[in-house]
Amino acid sequence: MQCQECGKRPATLHFTKIVNGEKTELHICESCAREKGELIPGTQSGFSIHNLISGLLDFETSGAGAMAKQQAAIKCEICGMTYAQFSKIGRFGCSHCYKQFAERLDPLLKRVHGNTVHVGKVPKRAGGRLRTKREIDRLKKEMQGRIEREDFESAAQLRDRIRELEKDMSG
Amino acid sequence: MAIRKYVKHALSEWMDAAGATDSDVVISSRVRIARNLRGMPFPMMATPAHSSAVADQLLGVAESGRLNGLGKLEQIRLTELTELEKLVMVEKHLISPNLANESRGGALILSSKEDISIMINEEDHLRIQCLSPGFQIRETWDRATKIDDIFEEQVDYAFDEKHGYLTSCPTNVGTGIRVSVMMHLPALVMTGQINRILTAVTQVGLAVRGLYGEGSEATGNLFQVSNQITLGQSEQEIIENLYQVAKQMIEHERAARGKLFADNRPRVEDRIRRSYGVLSQAIIMDSKEAAQRLSDLRLGVHLGLMPELNDRTLNELLVATQPGFLQITYGEAMNPDDRDRSRAQFIRSRLATHS
Ligand SMILES: [Zn+2]
Ligand SMILES: [Zn+2]
Repeated sequence: MQCQECGKRPATLHFTKIVNGEKTELHICESCAREKGELIPGTQSGFSIHNLISGLLDFETSGAGAMAKQQAAIKCEICGMTYAQFSKIGRFGCSHCYKQFAERLDPLLKRVHGNTVHVGKVPKRAGGRLRTKREIDRLKKEMQGRIEREDFESAAQLRDRIRELEKDMSG
Repeated sequence: MAIRKYVKHALSEWMDAAGATDSDVVISSRVRIARNLRGMPFPMMATPAHSSAVADQLLGVAESGRLNGLGKLEQIRLTELTELEKLVMVEKHLISPNLANESRGGALILSSKEDISIMINEEDHLRIQCLSPGFQIRETWDRATKIDDIFEEQVDYAFDEKHGYLTSCPTNVGTGIRVSVMMHLPALVMTGQINRILTAVTQVGLAVRGLYGEGSEATGNLFQVSNQITLGQSEQEIIENLYQVAKQMIEHERAARGKLFADNRPRVEDRIRRSYGVLSQAIIMDSKEAAQRLSDLRLGVHLGLMPELNDRTLNELLVATQPGFLQITYGEAMNPDDRDRSRAQFIRSRLATHS
């Protein structure tokens, strides 16, 4: 397969990109990927998505004049990275940047992953609350099923367990 | 020096496994988990003091003996390595180019079988990488997630209820995992089916990259297939998706091999024996030709046409014919012509010990 950018070299990178919610395939060579700053997940080469993201962010921030300038000036109070810097290098400076730039983050994550919410592994210690939340959700579903089966006694047991967990969380 | 062992032998001990699952098509499986420590700037924005605190804390987990169940482990600071040693470790996929060239306070915890490589102060504070021979992504994930759990007992991760594990690059956020398989697909390439397959694979959220060969060209019919998405899918979903797709690719490759062999046996046989002849006799061998002809031999082994060879030798040659490794073997500072001669020499001698 030839590179769809230069049409000269063989394409060695094959992946999809989500643009406006639509998947677009890319089959390109490494030179063109580097030039365009494309993201190739899972690769260990020096280039990566950040230019792609920064392209997107530049576009976003250039659109709205004064508003955009304000956005660009937002600065992480922990590591000092500005939104303008982030949009240039496509890397966060610290975990607090995620909170600091939260407003602009979801469209970006949507574009990269097609999703904005983590559903995977939760760390045992740091993820205590989330673990409890997921356990409550699971128990609620289970309780619903038991109610539908008219197994009210065991549904009531679950309800008590849910209340306990909810109390733990608020307390 | 203990480090010498890692750069002297081209074949990692973990690769030296005969008859790994689906190893006629899948050379190796890899899982990488990215994690960061809470309250510490990511490596890129870290001061030297931060970086060394992160390295101390993470190496401390190995120090504490909690990783002892993983076998013998070596702790290596990147500053202990020469440029050439780093290059060879990159060629063996034990460290990333990023850790080798750009890290500050970079360090590594490496198992003696080289199947576990824990990188510290790479793009993220912690990158746990596990490797297995053949097609074993589920097993490899099981190993990696256990190591992750051990670290989490000792250190606080940067984790967010909504976005999951927070990483320096937004393409890794969420699960922080990258699962990949390295596949040898000569028959799909020869029969021209590869384009259709690659198109199909990218449509289901996986990325493919042609591997090996200097410069930018994919040679040797090697393809690395990995997940693109890390957020919004569970680890099990990511692994299962890759598993099912790779499984189908394996079947397609096998079918293509079968058909190729049935339809053109003399031609296929000629091509493979011819490559064996050239590799056994050539005086000059550039990396591209080496990759292509070694691919022919690998195909030959699995078609039963190369009884004098096995995967082990071919896996060794894959690494041993890379520039850094050739320099280690034949002396420092080679120009490309020297390298092509050394490459030919290494291959000749390696094949000779088999005949
Ligand atoms: Zn190109
Ligand atoms: Zn920050």
